Amino acid sequence: MNDLTPSREERTENLKGLGCSRKRVEDARFTQGKGNYVDDIKMPGMLFGDFVRSPYAHARVKNINSEEALKVPGVLAVLTAKDLEPLGLHWMPTLAGDKQMVLADGKVLFQGQEVAFVVATDRYAAADGIEAVEVEYEELPVVVDPFKALDPDAPVLREDLEGQTEGAHGPRKHHNHIFLWEAGDKEATESVLASADVVAEEMVYYHRTHPCPLEPCGCVASMDKVNGKLTLWGTFQAPHAVRTVASLISGIAEHNIRVISPDIGGGFGNKVGVYPGYVCSIVASIVTGKPVKWIEDRMDNLMATAFARDYWMKGKIAATKEGKITGLWCHTTADHGGFDACADPTKFPAGFMNICTGSYDIPVAYLGVDGVYTNKAPGGVAYRCSFRVTEAAYFIERMIEILAIELNMDAAELRRINFIKKEQFPYQSALGWEYDSGDYHTAWEKALKAVDYEGLRKEQAERVEAFKRGETRKLLGIGLTHFTEIVGAGPVKNCDILGLGMFDSCEIRIHPTGSAIARLGTISQGQGHATTFAQILASEIGLPADSITIEEGDTDTAPYGLGTYGSRSTPVAGAATAMAGRKIRAKAQMIAAYLLEVHDDDVEWDVDRFAVKGAPERFKTMAEIAFAAYNQAIPGIEPGLEAVSYYDPPNMTYPFGAYICVMEIDVDTGVHEIRQFYALDDCGTRINPMIIEGQVHGGVTEALAIAMGQEIAYDEMGNVKTGTLMDFFLPTAWETPNYTTDHTTTPSPHHPIGAKGVGESPNVGGVPAFSNAVHDAFRAFGLRQSHMPHDHWRIWKTAHDLGLHG
Amino acid sequence: MAKQHYTLTVNGEQRDVLCEPRELLIHTLREQLDITGPHVGCETSHCGACTVEINGKSVKSCTVFTAQANGADVTTIEGLGSPDGLHVLQEKFREHHGLQCGYCTPGMITRAHRLLQENPNPTEEEVRFGIAGNLCRCTGYQNIVKSILAAAAEMNAAKEAAE
Amino acid sequence: MIPARFEYHRPSDVSAALAILTEHGDDARVLAGGHSLIPMMKLRMAAIEHLIDLQDIAELKGISVDGGTITIGAMTTQHELIDNADLAKAAPILREAALQIADPQVRYVGTVGGNVANGDPGNDMPGLMQCLGATFHLVGPGGTRDVAARDYYEAAYMTDREDDEILVSVSFPVPEGGYAYEKQKRKIGDYATAACAVQVTMAGGSCTAASIAMTNLSDTPIWSKDAGAVLVGTDCGPGAIGAAVDAAVAAIDPTEDNRGPVEFKKHVAGVVIRRAIERAISRA
Repeated sequence: MNDLTPSREERTENLKGLGCSRKRVEDARFTQGKGNYVDDIKMPGMLFGDFVRSPYAHARVKNINSEEALKVPGVLAVLTAKDLEPLGLHWMPTLAGDKQMVLADGKVLFQGQEVAFVVATDRYAAADGIEAVEVEYEELPVVVDPFKALDPDAPVLREDLEGQTEGAHGPRKHHNHIFLWEAGDKEATESVLASADVVAEEMVYYHRTHPCPLEPCGCVASMDKVNGKLTLWGTFQAPHAVRTVASLISGIAEHNIRVISPDIGGGFGNKVGVYPGYVCSIVASIVTGKPVKWIEDRMDNLMATAFARDYWMKGKIAATKEGKITGLWCHTTADHGGFDACADPTKFPAGFMNICTGSYDIPVAYLGVDGVYTNKAPGGVAYRCSFRVTEAAYFIERMIEILAIELNMDAAELRRINFIKKEQFPYQSALGWEYDSGDYHTAWEKALKAVDYEGLRKEQAERVEAFKRGETRKLLGIGLTHFTEIVGAGPVKNCDILGLGMFDSCEIRIHPTGSAIARLGTISQGQGHATTFAQILASEIGLPADSITIEEGDTDTAPYGLGTYGSRSTPVAGAATAMAGRKIRAKAQMIAAYLLEVHDDDVEWDVDRFAVKGAPERFKTMAEIAFAAYNQAIPGIEPGLEAVSYYDPPNMTYPFGAYICVMEIDVDTGVHEIRQFYALDDCGTRINPMIIEGQVHGGVTEALAIAMGQEIAYDEMGNVKTGTLMDFFLPTAWETPNYTTDHTTTPSPHHPIGAKGVGESPNVGGVPAFSNAVHDAFRAFGLRQSHMPHDHWRIWKTAHDLGLHG
Repeated sequence: MAKQHYTLTVNGEQRDVLCEPRELLIHTLREQLDITGPHVGCETSHCGACTVEINGKSVKSCTVFTAQANGADVTTIEGLGSPDGLHVLQEKFREHHGLQCGYCTPGMITRAHRLLQENPNPTEEEVRFGIAGNLCRCTGYQNIVKSILAAAAEMNAAKEAAE
Repeated sequence: MIPARFEYHRPSDVSAALAILTEHGDDARVLAGGHSLIPMMKLRMAAIEHLIDLQDIAELKGISVDGGTITIGAMTTQHELIDNADLAKAAPILREAALQIADPQVRYVGTVGGNVANGDPGNDMPGLMQCLGATFHLVGPGGTRDVAARDYYEAAYMTDREDDEILVSVSFPVPEGGYAYEKQKRKIGDYATAACAVQVTMAGGSCTAASIAMTNLSDTPIWSKDAGAVLVGTDCGPGAIGAAVDAAVAAIDPTEDNRGPVEFKKHVAGVVIRRAIERAISRA
């Protein structure tokens, strides 16, 4: 007979499982400066490598003279494409099916491109060596405009592809063309447009920006020639994929490569791809027999590692006079830079841009995306985004606002009458997705009420009148957004990267004393996986989260997985964690039944134990079961208590949210002030509200930066104009407002615990909320569309062009 | 110029280093002294990840030569608490989720520490202005500000109790 | 971003510093707070063989408010300016301006001398010193020499200072009346899109003196004698302020950069100047 105290509630609380704001286990080391980031790694004899980079955006490389550099004290080697060519490593495959120069092979295609790799005893000697390398360039005409890149007489950027009419994603129609990717029904859409009551048409540009994690990219490669093993530490958001790619391109057998992602200082998509620095470090380690570290600096990072966005989205949206949307058409010109190094699932060269019907029930739609080469850095990564969802959400949320202007209708009402209704889920979108669940109307009404939408509109109207009377020079903008994301890539049947299915994994070992370790194929970059995955597991297996260690990022120990980006950790690896937990529980049930001397079916799960049905005082706790698994010979059951799950999700998840930004704009200076920002997120089942709120704060702040000033800008010569943090806008605490967070909960029907993922929602929803606020402020004066970023001078220009400066 | 001997007091301990005058303090700390709490984020004195205290001032150690710090008293995140006893700021950052990836955190806490020495009872606005030399890409600052205000309140309460 | 090699010197008095400067000429540079110079060295845009750190020279430090004159040692930091109660009382515009420079960490090490001496048009103190009618005290091999702030700046990074001279201090008469330092920037840590320093005195409803200077709107700071003169003798009503703004804007010559094109900068300069004048008058 057992005592039934503590109560079920107390036992549940004790687990610190799903739904509680568990404090983070990561923080003890981070707050004490004891994190272990890649640049903290030190090894005996370690060398340092760094790049000679091109000052030109497009040039022929006539000659590279390393003679003086090799005389610099401490410089050991200078690698060029010629040195890599015999190894077949002067080019490397990109994640998008293209190839990219590791070191300049005859020419350079963007400013900052890697030309030579100087290997030295330390970073000071490497820097001196770089100064001493003499490179002779012959400048070529530069193309920075993706539309001009497709002119018939535009310079040929990719000479290596000359004459190739077939690319990785179908036919190429021009020498600077990469692919045309289409979704939906073009003919039907065009016919709807032709006969619609109202058609709103606009070019929506989502400018080029950059994820810019505070820690730049880097690695340490160590080739142990004695045992033939390569260890590679680095800032990798997908360590397993890096191992496979490293094996494929280097020819080193995959079991001889160990990839380790240590602590990562933010990723935001910047650390998904494979960069020349990784390849050169590996080669340099093989050549020298010593560990080689490469750490880019901030200018390298902004100039050369993966950018994000740069989509020119031409849209047409059709509706009835009453405002019911009847069709959506979009053609995007996508500027991919010098190499197509987008990190998208193979079958989706424009990512999930075909989520661009958003939260709306649109009967017919068409999307075409043309990818184009220009003399800019390669990339096109998902900057806190699931593969172009940010671009799609911005596009549709701008088009809705423009349609509202065209219809002379309130934009909140227009959304309301077009939302997909709760009873329509699962909903088949015109561009091919099956939305899993949603309740948009409830979220929308909650959001409008929270900010007193009617009151705001009244205040805005009064402000406009006061402005016209000359009593104020400030306008009020109300930025509305209702976004729907598509995350959790993804089902193996249609989602792979370089042929690797986008499942994810979790392996659990329960220790005899009732604690556990779980390893996953993902890797945290600040999301707090060690905290939240233990919570999922605690609720599944009834052991306290505090007794569960979560480990990620070491390919020698963790099960294979595709990593962390695209908000896929919770939808995919979180599901794998729950499923592995359920396997543990299934075995535990058999052990419990044996110990309690009843049939398996006669015990039931109760928080942290199995109890005999109808006799709750007869139970075995998970800790007791764990011990029994290791010390009792149970007939028909193997010893031990371990499980592994590889989870192939049946569908994506579709988090959504309603964001409202209230902004004051000074028309004379272009200066803005965020008066209020309300963010309602529905990410399904909530694992840790504290962490969700933190994710929203951070993501909205990134959105603030992107919408209001952050860009990678080029001049006509292809020079990067925003190469330091003086000009590349990252807001400080002073420019950042406080946010109000809120939620509704609509679980995903197909996810084991109903969770959808939240990390990227605030970036996806935040950008249109800020941008719509700017546009809305000027709506009364006739503004339809202006381009981001809305920095002071562009807002000023808008006011100026509308005649508001008298 | 050949390497020179410099002497610094780092986290209360006298440390002798040998380096070129051009060596930046952040590199001396991280690579010679194995003090890896301060990080390099931007290298142009905008991000504050490398913030340390030199003679009671918050300084970006990526923009200071070790030679300039010769003879100085340097405090880093490693000098604020200990594994057995966290500094109240370290505790509050954890309690209020004032960090995510942790990369800016050592600089942020080191800066907040100095701010509270000079202004033990700051307003939210003063905290935001006082940490505007430290960039964070993850948190949106809201919980950092909350953590610092909570630390100030607790430090003041402790001071009052002691008096 | 790693600087090239250099020899490091840390003299303890001005004459020792001068001796090193004289010996090495063009190859030597003095180092104050370093937050302009060191990034340039890290980018290898400034090649310096001899770096002379002035931090140990006591005679370059300190703030004195003595009778009608304020003297600030070149190695006085922005933080010390902000923190000095006497100065805040005697010349509050300095505190107002210094708080708008860079960020807390930079203000702990950034000095008045470093800010005014090198002729970076983005720096805030040069315009302020011109507004205040400051005098710069230089010392060189031939002894000391005074230069008016309004005569010191020739072009971007080109000043009246000879390579072998060191700025010792700045001084200016205790300002009277109302003041304002107004600055528009993109974020903390940025240089000004437009900034303006104003001192105005009023007596019996009429302006008796006005000084107006601007930052980052030309390749040097701009002190507009005309703009000040337009206000003097008026009641500083809207008409007079408008005329002063027009005069000030006529004196600037901004260039396009990431903050915006010339047309925008001129417009914003007009707004910033107007706000500075109005705030100064409201305090006069």
